Amino acid sequence: MSTIKLRELAHSRTGDKGDTSNISVIAFKPEDYQRLVEQLTVERVTAYFAELLDPAAGPVRRYELPNVQALNFVLPGILKGGVTRSLALDAHGKALGAALLDIEIE
Amino acid sequence: MTTLRIGSGAGYSGDRIEPAVELADKGNLDFLVFECLAERTIALAQQARLADPDAGFDPLLSERMRRVLPFVARGREAGQRRLRIISNMGAANPLSAAREVRRIAGDLGLHGLKVAALSGDDVLTALHADPQALLDNGVTVASLGDRLISANAYLGAEGIVEALNADADVVITGRVADPSLFLAPQLFTFGWAQDDWTRIGRGTLIGHLLECAGQITGGYFADPGVKDVPDLARLGFPLAEVDADGRAVVSKVAGSGGRIDTATCTEQMIYEVHDPKAYLTPDVTADFSNVSFTAVGTNEVRADGAEGRPRPDTLKVSVGYLDGWIGEGQISYGGPGALARAQLAREVVLERLKLTGVTADEVRAELIGVDALHGGTLGSRATAEPWEVRLRVAARCADKSEAVRVGNEVETLYTNGPYGGGGATKGVRQVVAVASLLLPRDAVKPHVHLEDAS
Repeated sequence: MSTIKLRELAHSRTGDKGDTSNISVIAFKPEDYQRLVEQLTVERVTAYFAELLDPAAGPVRRYELPNVQALNFVLPGILKGGVTRSLALDAHGKALGAALLDIEIE
Repeated sequence: MTTLRIGSGAGYSGDRIEPAVELADKGNLDFLVFECLAERTIALAQQARLADPDAGFDPLLSERMRRVLPFVARGREAGQRRLRIISNMGAANPLSAAREVRRIAGDLGLHGLKVAALSGDDVLTALHADPQALLDNGVTVASLGDRLISANAYLGAEGIVEALNADADVVITGRVADPSLFLAPQLFTFGWAQDDWTRIGRGTLIGHLLECAGQITGGYFADPGVKDVPDLARLGFPLAEVDADGRAVVSKVAGSGGRIDTATCTEQMIYEVHDPKAYLTPDVTADFSNVSFTAVGTNEVRADGAEGRPRPDTLKVSVGYLDGWIGEGQISYGGPGALARAQLAREVVLERLKLTGVTADEVRAELIGVDALHGGTLGSRATAEPWEVRLRVAARCADKSEAVRVGNEVETLYTNGPYGGGGATKGVRQVVAVASLLLPRDAVKPHVHLEDAS
């Protein structure tokens, strides 16, 4: 089966609260939502961001919003102390969602 | 049925002013709300207030008021729609900010304007009374000692409603939960019961959609060729027309740039939300899980399906404290071999920080253009080597003198590092960190101060 990039199927925005990020993934077309539910699992997103996540901060969580064809991923600890203390260039993690759009979907 | 028109004039402290002026002039608004407080803004403002008792409010307050108060005055003329302003630009000093608003009204010749200040969010004294209180980062209030700067509770809508009932034209607050700034005029206008959780949940959704201003009108959306935004340079800010049941249509002024559609609304609804069934504010536990959006016209979207359950018993308090210094330096490499030279520069700086014994709690060295935003694993998905790479080294140190040395070790790469380094910069800044805790609701007492501009 051929694969395409998530960016062709969905758009995304990242928000921050403390040192937790949330990344929305919103299907452009309602008919693609189910594919995202099946393939964009917590396990896959955790593996994708493994280098950046802090396992001690707790697991990645996923919430489903079928009415708006969206998934919401919550990634604790990924902001390494949060926007006020982090040494990162992008302390808010605002660019994280754009990285996820490069993941492959079948 | 009466409807209410609320506009959003700012999504953060430094936001653009022109779209707010456009809304004030052409939005046919009842209320224009400016949301200007990020997590640590109050802590920074509190530092300013310690240096000057009259300071500590938003640096753009004066400019914003000069630009929009003339429309508040216009709204008081016969036959015009009354316009009122609500803003948390009071930051660490709402009373001083309200005095500044009255001063500007006087300068503009606008007499009889009623300006209210809402205080009571500052709970630093209450916190000192409970030194063993535990913050969410695992330390006690007592352990912060004299590094503790500020403690502000997130107030809900009720204090603002009280100010509006007292006929204020301008309401200036300190820390109030962002959506509450927008919920307040809905509660005031429609008189919803304090436990009408469904309508309060709907009103909170409207607040959440509007609170980041341009983020719902296409100001955080454009991805050329994939998601295009028309006339982004003239981006308009959003307004909502709300009915007495809390049903709303989000739109913007005709002729302004940007776009509002179900896609921009969905992105903004989920922004900074964790569990969509439980978005906690001081006013309600809002449930966005069944919300749907319907385009009802060009750049007009109806929001349906928000719900609510009883509000939390506690209020969140943001605690600001000093947490050392961050020293930072950057330098760029370009052309063939740029990546290898930047990597060498990174190794050299890290080794020198060790050799010279710089004491740091944490060091981060990253290559902008390669691994700074997403780390090396995701950065390696790039298909071509970058033409230019910028090294950035940052470290958090307990002492300023140590932090200064970090930037120095980057800058000196000019004559002590690889070929072709250019554009070095360095800096050091004090870290104002923010942690949070929860306080019982009855420990916090909102208070409204009201005066006429003479």
